[in-house]
Amino acid sequence: MAAAVLGSKKKSGSGIFNTKWEPFIYLAPFLIGIIVFTLYPVINIVLISFKEGYRQITGAFTGYGLGNYARILSDPYFINALKNTAMYVIFVVPISTVLSLFFANLLNQKIKGIAIFQTAFFLPMVTSVTAIGLVWKLMFNDRIGVINAVLGLFGVEPIGWLIDPSMNIWALIIYGIWNMMPFTIILLLSGLQNIDPLYYTAARVDGASSSKQFFRITVPLLAPTIGLTCIINMISASKVFGELFPLFNGSPGTAYNLFTVVYYIYYEFSVSRHLGYAAAASIILFLIVFVFTMIQLYVQRKWKYY
Amino acid sequence: MKKFNVKKFFVYFFLVIGALIMIFPFYWMIINSLKTAQDMTLYPPSWTPSNWFNFENYKVAFEKAPFALYFLNSIIVTISCLIITTFTTIMGAFAFSRLKFKGRDLIFSLLLGLMMVPFEMLVITNYMTVAKIGIIDTLFVLILPFTSSIFYTYILRNFFLSIPDSLYYSARIDGASNWKYLWRIMVPIAKPSLVTITILNAITCWNSFYWTLLVINSDAKRTLPYGLYAFMTEGGSDMKLMMAAATITIVPMIILFLFARKYIVNGVARGGLKG
Repeated sequence: MAAAVLGSKKKSGSGIFNTKWEPFIYLAPFLIGIIVFTLYPVINIVLISFKEGYRQITGAFTGYGLGNYARILSDPYFINALKNTAMYVIFVVPISTVLSLFFANLLNQKIKGIAIFQTAFFLPMVTSVTAIGLVWKLMFNDRIGVINAVLGLFGVEPIGWLIDPSMNIWALIIYGIWNMMPFTIILLLSGLQNIDPLYYTAARVDGASSSKQFFRITVPLLAPTIGLTCIINMISASKVFGELFPLFNGSPGTAYNLFTVVYYIYYEFSVSRHLGYAAAASIILFLIVFVFTMIQLYVQRKWKYY
Repeated sequence: MKKFNVKKFFVYFFLVIGALIMIFPFYWMIINSLKTAQDMTLYPPSWTPSNWFNFENYKVAFEKAPFALYFLNSIIVTISCLIITTFTTIMGAFAFSRLKFKGRDLIFSLLLGLMMVPFEMLVITNYMTVAKIGIIDTLFVLILPFTSSIFYTYILRNFFLSIPDSLYYSARIDGASNWKYLWRIMVPIAKPSLVTITILNAITCWNSFYWTLLVINSDAKRTLPYGLYAFMTEGGSDMKLMMAAATITIVPMIILFLFARKYIVNGVARGGLKG
């Protein structure tokens, strides 16, 4: 296709180039993909979520209504999925942000070997959650795991991270914090590097201590970046899913206790084959993401000229 | 002077501890992939393998599952995705930044709105679409839905907009067509942006799991992350083999990271990773 376009281009001013249709030649390859695999699915999923008694193979349904929503909102597994997802967001996002702020501040100092430290801190970002999740599975092992071994040095009894249902979510949260930190550190570090060094010079002239500089200059000036980072992380934490597969052999927790919203969508779609429920759950996921996105846009606009 | 040194000491102290915790899982993965069955039974677990050159687990992993084939599949899918997506992104970004047509800004705002739709919401319909086309369980199905990206087009469009208009008009006066101007002038200038986009895209493609899980069934079509997961569910509990397999999956991305750290960091700082 591209070759044909190139060939017809030899004489300038002829063919479809240099006509008012020209922009659409450039747009077509991009837009076709978006229309088929993004726009159409969005419309379709909204429709399916309202179709009652929908059958995937025939496409038949009994009528439009709120049945799917009523069903999943009274499904204890979905309520549990919402709870687990909320808990994951509430713990992973603030803890990883505070830790990342601490390390981003250290990585922003003028010291030797900064490239080595950056490499170490950013490395987890490029690895697949499935592959490195397997390592966490081994580390969390209750009998031979290194985490229990280290805790044992402090007199902690072995914890059944991956076999005791009440501990499952903590394993997921710890893994999630580690996973989220590189990305968060990078965003905060780039925010730190945008702060005018003159502020610090002035503070030092006035005799302000390091900790005073941190809390009186760094934190307030970095507030927009911190806010933005939190919201981006809340969006991605709301979609926690792939992390579950390596930790619990593909099932959500030891006893189906650790459904997350996306896992629920996957389960209803792929295992139970209830498309309507999966669609309704997708729309609820979208609403959660939508709320966070609106807050993000609001924060971005409000702090633009900070 | 002395106070200064104390501060530096603490900076290093905490950085070293933090760095060790962050890379610990990678260390743990590698040493456990080199352990023998006997090493694995020790408790507390040993922090080094008894023999650093014990590659037995890699050999067994390659025998038990076709990791070489998974690797090849991952390479084919990732490279195809990169070539096609880069092409559609360049074309789209050019249209949205340099060409004028009716409804341009409206279409662009609609696209930005679509950007916040999570991929997880689209998979159900996309699954039905590819099932209808009849390409389920082929490598093609891993490429087709990812040929266009609003996010990358948005980043590149912003870069194109920063290229001064005067360059465009002087090129046009010299008789260059839009097509020539795009490929001969704009694309070379945008090289750093394009490299960043390509690397971020490569990481996403290589690690893609959810979609692969849905659309691939047969062993011969698995990519590395999914092959690794299947190896775990089918092959069971031998963790030292798992660690060898995980190392095979992760090492290419580590190498990419070591060479392209600056581009990755800049790209993430500018736009955030998608997904």
